[in-house]
Formats: sequence, structure tokens, C-alpha cells
Amino acid sequence: MAVMEKMTRASSGGMISGRTMFCHLDAPANAISVCRDATQVVVAGRNIFKIFALEDEGFVERLNLRVGRKPSLNFSCADVMWHQMEENLLATAATNGAVVTWNLGRPCRNKQEQLFTEHKRTVNKVCFHPTEVHMLLSGSQDGYMKCFDLRKKESVSTFSGQSESVRDVQFSMKDYFTFAASFENGNVQLWDIRRPDRYERMFTAHTGPVFCCDWHPEDRGWLATGGRDKMVKVWDMTTNRAKEIFCVQTIASVARVKWRPERKWHLATCSMMVDHNIYVWDVRRPYIPFATFEEHKDVTTGIVWRHQHDPDFLLSGSKDSTLYQHMFKDASRPVDRANPEGLCFGLFGDLAFAAKESLMSGEVGRKPYAGGDRRYPIFFFKKPDVTEQFAQVSSALSVFETAPGGAPMDWFIKTARRYLLSGRPFAELCEHNAKVAKDLNRPQVSTTWTMLRIMFSDPANPSSSSNHNLSKLGNLPLMNSFSMKEMSSALTERNKENRQDNIHNLDSNLNTTEDNEETEGSEGQAEYLFGDAELDDDDLYSMEHENQAAEEAEFSLPQEAFPLRHEIVDHPSAPEPLTEKPESPHVSGSEAEATCLTPMESFSLISVSSSLLFPPHLPPAFFSPVVIAMLRYYAEQGDVQMAVSVLIVLGDRIRREIDELTQEHWYMSYIDLLQRFELWNVSNEVIKLSTCGAISCLNQASTTLHINCSNCKRPMNNRGWICDRCHQCASVCAVCHHVVKGVFVWCQGCSHGGHLTHIMDWLRNSTYCPAACGHQCEYT
Amino acid sequence: MAVQDAAARWDALGSRDASSRDAAMENIHQEVMRRVEGIGPIPKAPSSPPATATGLASDLNNILARVLMLSKRCPYSDVREKCKRILKSVQDLGVRIPRPLGNGPSRFIPEKEILQVSKVDTRTQTIFEDAFAALGRLDNISLVMGFHPQYLESFLRTQHYLLQMDGPLPLHYRHYIGIMAAARHQCSYLVNLHVNDFLQVGGDPKWLNGLDGAPQKLQALGELNKILAHRPWLLTKAHIESLLKAEEHSWSLAELIHAVVLLTHYHSLSSFTFGCGITPDIHTEGGHTFRPPSLSSGYCVCDIANGNGNGALEEMLGNHQLAEASGEVEVLMERMKQLQECRDEEEASQEEMTTRFEREKTESMLVSTSEDEENVPSRDISRHFEDPSYGYKDFSRRGEHVPTFRVQDYSWEDHGYSLVNRLYPDVGQLLDEKFQIAFNLTYNTMAMHQGVDTSMLRRAIWNYIHCMFGIRYDDYDYGEINQLLDRSFKVYIKTMVCSPEKTTKRMYESFWRQFQHSEKVHVNLLLMEARMQAELLYALRALTQYMT
Repeated sequence: MAVMEKMTRASSGGMISGRTMFCHLDAPANAISVCRDATQVVVAGRNIFKIFALEDEGFVERLNLRVGRKPSLNFSCADVMWHQMEENLLATAATNGAVVTWNLGRPCRNKQEQLFTEHKRTVNKVCFHPTEVHMLLSGSQDGYMKCFDLRKKESVSTFSGQSESVRDVQFSMKDYFTFAASFENGNVQLWDIRRPDRYERMFTAHTGPVFCCDWHPEDRGWLATGGRDKMVKVWDMTTNRAKEIFCVQTIASVARVKWRPERKWHLATCSMMVDHNIYVWDVRRPYIPFATFEEHKDVTTGIVWRHQHDPDFLLSGSKDSTLYQHMFKDASRPVDRANPEGLCFGLFGDLAFAAKESLMSGEVGRKPYAGGDRRYPIFFFKKPDVTEQFAQVSSALSVFETAPGGAPMDWFIKTARRYLLSGRPFAELCEHNAKVAKDLNRPQVSTTWTMLRIMFSDPANPSSSSNHNLSKLGNLPLMNSFSMKEMSSALTERNKENRQDNIHNLDSNLNTTEDNEETEGSEGQAEYLFGDAELDDDDLYSMEHENQAAEEAEFSLPQEAFPLRHEIVDHPSAPEPLTEKPESPHVSGSEAEATCLTPMESFSLISVSSSLLFPPHLPPAFFSPVVIAMLRYYAEQGDVQMAVSVLIVLGDRIRREIDELTQEHWYMSYIDLLQRFELWNVSNEVIKLSTCGAISCLNQASTTLHINCSNCKRPMNNRGWICDRCHQCASVCAVCHHVVKGVFVWCQGCSHGGHLTHIMDWLRNSTYCPAACGHQCEYT
Repeated sequence: MAVQDAAARWDALGSRDASSRDAAMENIHQEVMRRVEGIGPIPKAPSSPPATATGLASDLNNILARVLMLSKRCPYSDVREKCKRILKSVQDLGVRIPRPLGNGPSRFIPEKEILQVSKVDTRTQTIFEDAFAALGRLDNISLVMGFHPQYLESFLRTQHYLLQMDGPLPLHYRHYIGIMAAARHQCSYLVNLHVNDFLQVGGDPKWLNGLDGAPQKLQALGELNKILAHRPWLLTKAHIESLLKAEEHSWSLAELIHAVVLLTHYHSLSSFTFGCGITPDIHTEGGHTFRPPSLSSGYCVCDIANGNGNGALEEMLGNHQLAEASGEVEVLMERMKQLQECRDEEEASQEEMTTRFEREKTESMLVSTSEDEENVPSRDISRHFEDPSYGYKDFSRRGEHVPTFRVQDYSWEDHGYSLVNRLYPDVGQLLDEKFQIAFNLTYNTMAMHQGVDTSMLRRAIWNYIHCMFGIRYDDYDYGEINQLLDRSFKVYIKTMVCSPEKTTKRMYESFWRQFQHSEKVHVNLLLMEARMQAELLYALRALTQYMT
């Protein structure tokens, strides 16, 4: 179809006019083709074979070629082509293996002219020679290509593809004698029409069938191929070996490919399955289609540019029984909709940000972040051209690093490494973890652990003393901190300082500070802690503040309420100077920072009456709602580490209270984080300790070791330890020459190795490989 | 824990290293001896019924059965030898040892012929060793397929991927779906095999009480299973939609593809199992007996059930008929030659072609599945599926005309492959390879003749099966089928594909009498793959229709 007679440019151009339009066919189309002067189009399919005239207002049916009472399978067309020189001549490829030519000039209703039934299987493609009037080529499922001279009754030559099915045949535009054929096994062959005995050249273009190919209309050597492997490749055939020069990855197998007239880099594709759109690609920009036509509702089966010198009209037929004419100006341009901004967090809090240059330039001067920012601008310019080019795209990439020394995620790594999650009694675990948190200067976390120990430990020492030390309270510093949104903590160093100040303030002002109403109301979740410095006793009660500011409904954190709370909690009404923090201007600017800075803690004095209201010893279940709320709170603050660790340590004490999905989500996030920080051991421990089915099976999936044979250095694809190729046992110890069972250690450089003990012994004396291969082995 | 120990013990036998196998064998030997001692004094009276055996004894029996299996089926000769020795020594102690029931892996094929293969062919040997290492057993299906190592390799790789490797469905779901599919055809062999596997991967035994015990999600699959197994042409996108949009019990597309591939795989494997008369594996229930051989129990129970009791008689008859059938192969070859030559001369009109297809389609319905005796499932298999009365129904018989499925409009290569590979990566590729190997497999022999191009015959068989499912190739002349496939062969194909549980030894023997067993297995492979592809095409087309 793309093979068209060369015409002068002048004769085309303004001649064609029209608009985006469509018409309903009675049946799904398999292929379409246009006549030379672009005024008519033929549509062929299993149950349709019609010619439509292309008029300005729409399609007009001109002729139905499917005549006869019971149309035979010869009408069931897999492909159709209109001759580009002889405007009355058409050829179709029938699914039953027939090649049929049609002459529109015949006076009777049946326009069938010749019938060739030489192929044994479905004919996939027919193609007229671009300049030779009587030459027709066909390619069939039976593995043969046949060349017909229309003046004769049978084929003049047969080309054998060695029993591989032929999917497409195309005459070259420029070389009179050459044609290309694509095959079901992924090969493309080049043939000389005069030499049916042997192909001129063959190369493997795709894995799996190559459904289509198309010669570039102008460039002599370019051949585009599309395959089931979802790729479109452009080959330069002028060199000795076919060279792949462009490759476009689409999202579905490529059924047709057609170069766009007058645009050297453009080609149109449609797919065979799943995807219904037609794409026009600029082969130099393989990641995003240049234009898309989205009108069809089922797979597009045939595309053809209406005129060989007009790039603006595209015709398409589809399984949804419609025939469309697309105007290029009506195409949607994915690039316009693509979001040109990208944002990504680095592992250690670095932030990369890419955006349109125009957008960025406005802000460059502004220096939005103080301190150690560095910018790495990367510019990508493309020369602006006519509208037929991609829109000018230039973007800048900025990378923001945190100030040196900040290393804000250190605590995460250290915590992960040092936390104990199992293997000791519950109380010890809590104590240990509390200590770890304290060492890392995270007092709130530390306190939480201590509280957990108290709440859930067996009350070996009855907590009758729950209220005896109220008097002590006055002169003891309170273990206390904020919860912070750690993930975003990298944003600014300044916040950190604020935080420190904050803590300091709180600690020092403890006794006088009656905390601010606004913040605690909004968080709904604050914990009220009482305790002596050593935290050695059981007097810590986690209490919920009465939520006076409940009207501030925009905060949706779950709120637990103890019925008796309002009697025991004393609400100071006068906020301390600290209160200004949440409203401080530099914080309010960004939401993320706001969460960072919001002080959470508030303190109230528990009244003596508490001893009357609570029984001296509470069952652990009593605390569950509080602990759950606490876990959710941590998770939402971004400290999923805490949530998961507590979940594991508490185990059955709390597990059933939280729904599986949430747990799974937490685990997944934590494991993901751990793996980003390459804390493989910790992550594996977490997976092992998790009780979620979906998590614990992570360890059982996708574990693949690729092993090379130590003798022949080729991959061992067999299970077991015998190499297929050299038939040697691959796991022989290089020192003692026995087969290694159990732990096998080997050098990744030379692949020699052996028993762990033997190798260790050997390396004590020598740095060279025991197999005497001369490699200086390195074992880490 | 003990179970895990035991599993590890057996696993070590799959090692390629002779000395570690040796150690494992030693270990097993000790274990057996320990148990033998545990039972205590051997009961003096040999007539004491085995039902009185304690739990320990039955445990021992299980191990012994397994040892027996190894002594026969292990690809390593050293293991076989040692197992035999263990059995012997145990027997010397007075313990009753099991003996295999039936005659080898297949009721239809003499054991000798099957096992010969593995001894000659190193390639088959390697594949067997691989399979043994992976599964700890060598099932009878693999042994029979061992006739065609090239195919076996691809088959095992696909099956391993479907059952063991990464995939959208959890492991126990996969085995359960296998059970559902096999149960549809009352294939007790596959059901038992996968019941064991299902329990091994931690499946809930409650599910095995019937589909009602399984999660609702799996129950929903029952309908698809039923239709796919017997009348795949009735599958519509509504079925797919009901599975995909069932609130919390809904399937994802990827899961559904996985399930569909598994279902079709096991439907067609059931066909193969019956078609080749696969017997239960030695170590499983029904594969061995502790009773001493007696004259009266010369036949396996299933043989009797299938009307094969008079096998000896049949053989005599067969010999008799052999003389008159000797011309069969020559006639067939002559026909193929004729078809090849005069293809161009007799140019059939299009109407003629259509009628031929329709005729073949209708005729395939009329090919009676003869023996209508009821088959008694050995284990209560029917509980795994509902609606047991739902069977293959000839779709053109009762006037309900279903439009013919045109391969040119929806083919495996162009459409099915893309869809499967998109939703369940790599499986499309594996299946594609398997189909191609099955379709292209040839040794260029026919019975005793060498150098024959059998492509025509293979295509006729393939297309005949697709024709039975209403799938039509525009470019095929269905008259060829009539020329190439005789009636008894058609009966066999039809039975095997549509109601495999009714296959009998007589059918197996009455078609193509002069052909080798390996060639008949080859035919079975073709049938199996063609059936699988046909079911897949219908299922995938429905999926595609749903997606568009």
C-alpha cells in the first residue's frame, strides 16, 4: 500500500481537502488501500469488500465487490491492495489461500479477473510492483512467496522461506528488483526478484513473528519492521550487515507500520491486540508518540496514508466496523499532556526535580531553600521547527542535597541495625530498644518503648504505687520529644535546629508549661507521660487528652476517648510562648514542614483521683486502643520503622487488633526502606518475623541464582551440579579436589573455590587462586 | 518437624552426586530398620489382617511403598539397586513388603517398552534426572512421555513454571485448580497427585471436601471450569465479567489468565492420562498392594471397571486381525501421496469446502463414544465439582447453531500469545514453544516405513480436533480428514478429547494397529495440545471481547 508511484510534488498539495470523518461498515475490516489519486478507498475483510469515494463531506459507497448469493471464501480477504499505476486494478489475499485480482473496468457486476490458487495456506499479503504494471507478489502462511505476471495464468516464480510462514512482503521503492519479506520466526529476508533460488540476505529482526515491514519512501536503505515483541525497528540496509538504527517500544504487538509521507522521521503504527489507537512516532523520540488517533473502539487492522505526498490525511479501518479519515491537525499530541515535571527523593533525603526550563527560570533567583543547596542544571534543547515537530522541549534538572554533616537518615540505619525484635523476653526487648532510641537522641520513641514494657509486661511487681510519686513529679525532667515527620526531615537543616530548641524548651519549661490547646487538639493523639528520671517504675500512664478542639475536623487522626478523662485532666487555658510555633511564618509555607514542626506534646497533671478511677492493675487489653492509635500515629508520621518494630515485638498482644491490610502495608513500606538502605539482614529478619502471609512468602519467591561452570565458564542452565557442556562436576574444591557439599565459597573473579575452611587456610598463605589459574582471588 | 526431616531425606536422593545419594540411601535404610524394630515382634500368624496395623506400621508401609517406587522408577541405577536390597532385607525380617499393581506406567503399553527408552537415550535420562531432582519422584506421565524427550522437556518446563515459579496465584490455589480441572474428567490419577501436592504446600484439607469448602473465589471458577472442559464454545464475555467483577471475591486479569492456563492444561492432561491409560504411581494409593500375588487378582481393578478384563483374549483377537490390517499403513500412505499430488486437479468449489467442514463437524458428533458404561471414580472425585451431569454436548446437534470460530480471526500466534504474555509474562512463550514442538514433532516414520513426510497427517489430526470444537481453518480442505482418519481412529480421538474417562484399552488398540506405541503416544500428545489450544482460544477470545 505504501508503495506508490513517484509523483511530482506540485501535483499533490492543495488538491486534497477534507476533515476527520468516519463511516460505519457492516463488518470488521482487515485491510484498506487507496487508489492513486487518493479519491477512493477499498475496504476488505472477512465479510466486506467495498469501495468508498472520499468526498469532502464524508465517505460515499461506490461499489460492493462482494457479489453472488453465497459469497465464497475467495472474498474473505486478509489483505487488499490497489494498484498504483493501473487505477482499475486491485488484488486481494484470501484467507483460504487464493490470490485474486479484480478489474473495476469489467462491465458486469462480478469484477473478479483472475484467481490464483497456488498457495496451500492463508495468504497474508499481496503487493504490486511500484512501477511494473503486471507484477504481483504474494506471501503466504505456507512459507512461500509467489510472483505473478498478470498476463499469465500462473505464477512465474516461487520463493521459499523454508517452511516459515510469511507475514509481509514489500517491494523496495528504489531498487527495481528487490523485495523484503518478514517471517513468523522473526527473520527478515531480502530477495532479488530474478533469483528465486536463494535470498540475498537474511537477518533476525525480532523475537517472535515480524508482522509487518515498510520501506522508507525516500530513503533507499531504510526498512521499518514491527513485531509481536512490541517493537518497531528501523534498519539501515545499505551497509553490509543490516544495522538497527532506531527502535521504538510500543505497548502492544505491532500489526502495521507505515512511513509518513514527506516526513523523514515519522511513521504510523497500529497494534494487533489490546491497544486500539494509532500512533505516529518520530523515530528519534522513541519514548512518546508524536501524535495519537484514538477514535477506534476495537483494534485497528489497516492504516494507510491517503496520498503519497500528503502527510495530513490518514485512513484507517478497524475491527469495530468503522472506516475513519483522520486529519493530522486533529490528532492528540501526548507530549502536550505529558507532565514535564518530575520529582524524586534520594535515599539520603536528596531531592531531584526536573521541570520545564521556562517554569524553572522564574524561580531560579528565588533561592527557595537556604543553606547548602547545589544545583545541577541539565539542559535538553531541541531546535524549534515548524508545527510538525515536537514542541520545543527543554527541561532543567535540579538536585538538592542536604547540607553536609546533616546525614538525616543516620538514625534510621542505626536504629534498624540495633533494634532487637526477637530472641529475648518481651521486657528486655523493650528495654533494649528504649535504650537504643535514647542513645540516638529520640526520647519520645524511647519513652514509648518503656511504656510498652510497662503496659504489657506481666505485673510481677504490682503497680499499687501508681500514684505514690506524684509528689516527685515536680522536680523531675520529663522524657519527652516530638514526633517528627522523619522522611521529610531532610528538607532543611533549619527545621532541625528548631526542633532541638523545641525539645530544649519543653524540657526546661516542663514544670511551668501548660501546653497549648491548639496543637494537642489538632493532633488528637498526644500522650501524657509521667515518670521519674530512671523510668524504673510502673507509674507511666498513657493518657488521652480530652479533645476540646474537636471542631477542627480537618485532622482525621483516630481519637480514642476514655470516658473519665475530663475529670482527671486539668486544662490550662493560657498558652505559653511556645504556642507561636505552629503559626510561625516559615513553617506555614509548606505542609510538609508544618507536620515537621508541630509540637505534639502537652502535659497535664494527673489528679490524685486517678488512683480511684483505675484499678491498680490493668489488663493489657485495656491499652490496646491506645497502642493501636500510637502505632497508626507513628506510621502516619512516616516513622513506619517504629510501627513495625512495635508490631513485631508485641506480636500476638496487638496483632489481632489491627487489620491485615494495614499491617501488610506497614511491613511493605518498612521492608522497602530497609532494602533501599541495603540493610538486607534486617529486612530479612523483618520478613521472617512478620506474621502476614503476604510478607513471609516474600522470602520464598524470586530467589534465583545464576551459576557459571567453573571449568568452561558457561552458564549452567541445568539444575544440579553437572555442567552440560563439559560434563564435569562444577562444585569441586580447588584445594582438596573433592566435591563440596554444604557451604561452598568461591571467587567471583575466577570462579574457583571450595570448602570454606580449605579456602580460608589457603588464603592465609597465598593470595593467588588455589587452582593455579593465576588470579589474585578476593574474598570479602 | 518429622515430616520435614523425612522430606529432606527423600530430597537428597535427587542429587547428582553419587556419594550424597549414597548417604541418603543409608539414612533411609536406617530409618526403615528403626521402624521395623519399632513395630516389635513380627506377628507370627501371617494371616492377621493388615487392618490391625498400628499407626507406626502404616507409617512404615508408606515408606516401604516409597522405597518400592524408587526401586522401580528412580532414574539412578544405584538407588534402584539399594532400594531393592532394602526391600529384600526387610522381607527377610518377615515384614510384608508391597509389590506394584498393574503393569508399569501405562495399562496400554507394555512396561518393557517404556522403560527401555530411558536406558538407551541419554537425553531422556538427563530429563528424568532433572524431573526427579525437582519433584522427588518421576510420575508415570513423564515416563510415558519419555518416548518423546524433546516434547517432554518443554512440557516439564511449562508445568514447572505454572506450578512452582512466580505467578499471580498462590501455590495452593494452583494445585487446587489442577484438582478441579482433573476432577471434571474424573481423572483420579491427577486428582490424587495434586491432592498430595496441595497438602504439601500447606493447603487447607477442608477444601478437599468439595468445592463448597473452598473460598468463594474458587467456587466462582467452577462455572468456567465446567464450560471450558465440555463446551468451550459457549464461553462469553459475560462469564469473564462475572468473575472479574465480584466485589471482594473478584479475580484480577492476571490471576484469571493463570487459572485459565492451568484449567486447560489439566483438562488436556486428563485426556492424555486416559488416552495412554496411565496407572497410579507406585507409591500412591492404588499403585501397590501388600497382598501376595494370587491368580485371581491378575487384573487391576480399574481394568475391570473399564472392561479390559479380557485383555488376553483381546490380544489374541488382535493378533488375528493383524494379518488383515497389515495393509492399513500402506493404504494410508498411498492416500497421503495421492492427496499431495492431485491437490491441484480436483479443485473443489467454495461451497463444497464449507459443506465439507460442516459435514466433518456434524460427523464428529455422530461418532458415538460407543462404550457408555459408567466409570466408577476410585476416590470420591465428584465432590470437587458440581453438576456432574454436565458433559460434552455436540453443539450442532440440537439445532442450536453456534457460529463457527475462524482461526484467521483469532489465532494463537497473533492474538492469544500476545494476550497471555501481556498478563502472565513468559507463559505465552512457553506455551508457544510447547505447541510448536507438539505440532512439528516428527521422526519421518510411519510404523515400519522410514522417511515419510507426516505433516499432512499431523495437520489432519490437529484440525480434526479443532473442528470438533467448531474451530475452522479457512485454508484447509476438510475432505482430507475423511481420507486420512479412519473410523476407529476418529472414535478414539473423539472419546479422548470429549469424554476421556470413557477411553478403553480396546479403543487404544483398535486404531492404527501396526503403529508403534511411541507413535500412539505421539498422537496423544497432538490430541492433548490441540485440545488445550482450542480451549485456550475460546477462553482468550472471551477475555479479549471483555477487554474491548
